[in-house]
Amino acid sequence: MLAEALALSAALFTIGVVGVLIRRNAIIIFMCVELMLNAVNLSFVALSRYYGADGQVFVFFVMTVAAAEAAVGLAIIISIFRHRKTVNLQNINLLRG
Amino acid sequence: MIDPPYPLFYTFNFYLFGVIALASSLAFVTRKSPIAAALWLVNTMFALAALYVMLDAHFIAAIQVLVYAGAIMVVFLFVIMLLNLGHPSEVADVRGKWGKAAAAVLGVILLAQIAVMSGSRVRPEWVLPRGEMDRLLAEKGAIGVVADPLFTNYLLAFELTSVLLLIAIVGAVTLGRRSDVAAEATTGESASAG
Repeated sequence: MLAEALALSAALFTIGVVGVLIRRNAIIIFMCVELMLNAVNLSFVALSRYYGADGQVFVFFVMTVAAAEAAVGLAIIISIFRHRKTVNLQNINLLRG
Repeated sequence: MIDPPYPLFYTFNFYLFGVIALASSLAFVTRKSPIAAALWLVNTMFALAALYVMLDAHFIAAIQVLVYAGAIMVVFLFVIMLLNLGHPSEVADVRGKWGKAAAAVLGVILLAQIAVMSGSRVRPEWVLPRGEMDRLLAEKGAIGVVADPLFTNYLLAFELTSVLLLIAIVGAVTLGRRSDVAAEATTGESASAG
């Protein structure tokens, strides 16, 4: 089942990347990043069966970082929305120059 | 997980939850409404939790449901509803044909890279002996298997994680505070000082 789990993980990661590239809603792009983190977690767990439980410890850390990232990222999105009244990335191009 | 050959029941359930995860994530990327997308993502995470159970990571599966599907996605839904973004936006949410073409090309390249990498050989001395993980699970239990390395080999990283969480809390509060409230607090302080 290792090969199937790794293939599923690759497919989920690719779906996340494609989602980041084709969507313009900042919140949806953020959720696509979470999907990519989940795909990586799946391969960690699948491989931990063969290489020892350290993979599960890494999943633990990835989840902690994801929680911190979600809190800070959503706070940034809220403060952007307060200024620009939108979360559409087409209208948020201040850094594009 | 059971060693091969796998019983039909196990294989069937593995493929069932894999297909659920894949279909939900496809639905998640294609939904227009952010609320619907978030709920499909929750469905993906539940299917992944089921797969974690089948891969013998029971503690990680519980954490997946509690932290990911429970806490993180609730925060996402909370923000979507707070900003009143639940309805599909009138402006085009999906990029034009160049964006889609770039995404398709990059997706194919990524899948090809992963396919090549998965064919690579691993050194046999890195792989645990057969049945070693079952022995550890029977000896320490599902939580002990994770907790033992976490509080010995990775203790420093674990402690640093608490600092990271503290920084994230302070950052989120600072970013989320309304600027006029902050200004009011400053003037109030100077007024009371004067």
